[in-house]
Amino acid sequence: MVIKILGSGCPNCRRLVKHTQQALDQLGLEADIVKVTDYADIASYGILSTPGLVIDEQVVSAGRVLRPDDIVAILSKK
Amino acid sequence: MTLFETLNDLLLRMTWLDEFIRWLLVDMIGLNTDWTATGIVQFFLYDTIKIFLLLSILIFILSYIQSYFPPERTRRILAKYHGIRGNILGALFGTLTPFCSCSSIPIFIGFTKAGLPLGVTFSFLISSPLVDLASFLILMSFLGWEIALVYVVVGILLAVVGGAVIQRMNMETKIKDHAKPVPDAPVSTVAAFELTTSDRRRYAFDQVKDIIRRVWIYILIGVAIGAIIHNAIPARVIQWILGSDNFFNVAIATVLAIPMYADIFGTIPIAEALLLKGIGVGTVLAFMMAVTTLSIPSMVLLSNVIKKRLLITFITVVTIGILIIGYLFNAISFIF
Repeated sequence: MVIKILGSGCPNCRRLVKHTQQALDQLGLEADIVKVTDYADIASYGILSTPGLVIDEQVVSAGRVLRPDDIVAILSKK
Repeated sequence: MTLFETLNDLLLRMTWLDEFIRWLLVDMIGLNTDWTATGIVQFFLYDTIKIFLLLSILIFILSYIQSYFPPERTRRILAKYHGIRGNILGALFGTLTPFCSCSSIPIFIGFTKAGLPLGVTFSFLISSPLVDLASFLILMSFLGWEIALVYVVVGILLAVVGGAVIQRMNMETKIKDHAKPVPDAPVSTVAAFELTTSDRRRYAFDQVKDIIRRVWIYILIGVAIGAIIHNAIPARVIQWILGSDNFFNVAIATVLAIPMYADIFGTIPIAEALLLKGIGVGTVLAFMMAVTTLSIPSMVLLSNVIKKRLLITFITVVTIGILIIGYLFNAISFIF
């Protein structure tokens, strides 16, 4: 599984990375967390507000810092 | 006293807070009202507490409203309009979007990529940091409703006209390649997912934390500068630089503002102190607008997505607009 965090490196993006890691730990899952900071790459996902969360190339959230619980719920549904 | 005035004094101007701080400093601690330091401390405490209180409450309410208008939805609506109506809508939506300038670049790319007219995109981009509901209410609290209203109307006008002028210049080729329109640009609808009431409340609460964390330092610096202008710098020095006898007052205010990086909330205490020193409304408006729209960091961000010629055009158009607004309002300032 590849999880991408879209954002220019703002504090919110770093918090989302942290929350994602916590969610993965909670579920005992392994995934590559990739930070996408290039504006052109971010735009190619069609989102307008950052940070964005992409799981296996599918955008699951934009403009919000999801909490670990939210991410756990999304990952469990996959 | 009308009900409106009573509510305004109680909730927005918070005159009770000023009296409380005076009581605390003078009656309890025993500071002398003649001292410059007493004035500085009083101004600093009053402004800081007032601005943080107002900001927290207002951002919460407004973020809750904003959660219904994610930029993805804004883009979908704006795509239907062209010409001056597009500029007007772009400017109005700019007042509703997030306060953060770090999200303005992804929004800019998202708009141009989807083929929105450049002028509409710029109307949005100019009004977004310049005008929003929180700054309107805080302006009302600090400077009175007349100036708050003028600021908002003129700010939106600047965004509409600025965008329309840039549209006329046909500079579509002056956007960098990664922001150029593409057929079937990817459009994510994820932000429009159904949010529950508790989601929105949480989003609004997160926004408050987020924005306070980002702007508190600018507010403190702004209040400190305001306190010093208000209490320590002689009125004639300020008058000599920015007063009505100096023809270049508006131009100086604009140029002084450019290296300053602050959002509108940090500039309000400075504007308040300048107005108290008798500086013209136009000069103060020009200063606030230039700080929020022309700061160097936001120019650097913009240079990521537009070429030099368009950047220079943008700066020129906005600067001319601000100068016109400044001189015009100084000329008709007898109304205030």
